[in-house]
Amino acid sequence: MNIVEKILARASGKSQVAPDDVIFANVDKVMVHDVSGPGVLKVFDKLKKQGIAVDKLWDPTKVWVAEDHFVPSAEKVSAENIVKLTNFTKNYGIEKHFKYGMGQYGICHTLSHEEAMVMPGDVYVGGDSHTNTTGALGAFACGLGHTDVAYVLLNGRIWFKVPETYYFKLNGKLPDHVMAKDLILKIIGEIGTDGGAYRTMQFGGSGIDEMSVESRLTLCNMTTEAGAKNGIVEPDQKVVDYLSSRGATNINLINGDTDAEYAKTFEYEASEMEPIIAKPFSPENICVVGEAPSVELDKSYIGSCTGAKYEDLEAAAKILKGRKVKIRTEILPAAISIYQRAMENGLLKIFLDAGVTVGPPTCGACCGAHMGVLAKDEICISTTNRNFPGRMGHVESQTYLASPLVAAASAVTGKITDPRDLK
Amino acid sequence: MKGNIIKYAQDNIDTDVIIPGQYLKVHDYAELATHAMEGLDPDFHSKVKEGDFILSGKNFGCGSSREHAPIALSHSGVKAVLALSFARIFYRNAVDGAFLLPIEIDEDAYNGISEGDEVDIDISTNQITNITKNQTYKMKPFSEIIGKIIAAGGLFNYKPDQD
Repeated sequence: MNIVEKILARASGKSQVAPDDVIFANVDKVMVHDVSGPGVLKVFDKLKKQGIAVDKLWDPTKVWVAEDHFVPSAEKVSAENIVKLTNFTKNYGIEKHFKYGMGQYGICHTLSHEEAMVMPGDVYVGGDSHTNTTGALGAFACGLGHTDVAYVLLNGRIWFKVPETYYFKLNGKLPDHVMAKDLILKIIGEIGTDGGAYRTMQFGGSGIDEMSVESRLTLCNMTTEAGAKNGIVEPDQKVVDYLSSRGATNINLINGDTDAEYAKTFEYEASEMEPIIAKPFSPENICVVGEAPSVELDKSYIGSCTGAKYEDLEAAAKILKGRKVKIRTEILPAAISIYQRAMENGLLKIFLDAGVTVGPPTCGACCGAHMGVLAKDEICISTTNRNFPGRMGHVESQTYLASPLVAAASAVTGKITDPRDLK
Repeated sequence: MKGNIIKYAQDNIDTDVIIPGQYLKVHDYAELATHAMEGLDPDFHSKVKEGDFILSGKNFGCGSSREHAPIALSHSGVKAVLALSFARIFYRNAVDGAFLLPIEIDEDAYNGISEGDEVDIDISTNQITNITKNQTYKMKPFSEIIGKIIAAGGLFNYKPDQD
């Protein structure tokens, strides 16, 4: 069995599972945020009317809550949703609630690993499609809707069809000017936005072994954009070190069998990789930066669960150091812990000296819902994960997806720029 | 189940156009319905009628896990979406929450059924009849668990242990 089959077999109490088997898996951790939490409570209200008990959760210690999409609240509906979350955690005895304005908080898909909330081998579900991100720790991590999350909160388990697995192998270490974002955009460009549908996308090979845990998180995050059920990397010592340094103990690794089977294998040579962008309006609409259309950009956005981890900010700082931005540029670190490191290591000074606005750790403009959204006809280069029509604001705005290196280089010139071409 | 078709002849209709991000904070189902499909078709709310079906191409509902998407369509009156294929989370949200039926169709149905046609979906025989044009098509049968959850009326009514 491969790693996902082994995790799902363990979680469903079976010795063996195979693709297309339908199983009920016990869940190890579940996350809700300020979008999915109030939606789940709405499901609870509906259940209550049907006479289904919703007065206690299956295990409050396995539930954690993030505030990330609409904080700090810009208007009263968002503020009321935060109150609903506060009451939810209070009423059900949930201790892990990352409230903004009280120390550590940030984007849920960053807190899951920054706070060592999810362990290798876990079944982890969250009320957000980019829950896939956490597969980089070697967990089965998967996004679900409100009804499914409500079911997990009350029953501790959920149904899955065991996915078949596509294996993406990277040979060799990526060049310095190429990031995990470029690799995953290339993969999505090749297999399409439904190329991973109902499947696991697993990453391996010498290039993935070489990659930091943070880079692997970018790969797994973007599997959602290929429609995948989940993304995963087999856990190694880097994952153990990463989680141990954040206080985790008793880390047990589940790995696939050496004779594990994959529905299909794709192979990439790291030395042949180049900076890539995805043009509007689909993550599969890719080209190499050298062939990017010549457009005047209005904005560069470095943020989100995909593109604002510490190493993403470091990459941006490498470009922005001693330079000035030519277009409106926003950097939103993905968690307070990252913000703090950026401050301690001088990154914030580099950003502010370059003219960048540094915002609080939230989903920000990524989903077009909060701070920094785009006006009609505005064009943005962004480290986020989606560029659907209206994703970052007006339905007639445009977003180009890119790595933090490309987004920072483009901020400096005002047009889509290969970081190697900066004077 | 009979309904009239609202056709969007394109692939990859994503959750951001089905219900734009700015409405994710809204959890009032009736209000969500007024914004359904706003990112693609601002006239949708005025033209959709109770019992209508949407017909579209590949990968319908791609993107976000937001259950607001099937909720907004369902509370607009949409009873089924007929598409060449569906994105995973939209599909299971539609079924587990019992909001609408996601019907997988083939190219013949996709090309043969037009805007405004009245069609009859029979999930017991996996047949779609285009009443307007007097044509029939096959739909892809539901997988076993999906069929059972639909029959039960949503995930919370489904009792796996009693199978």
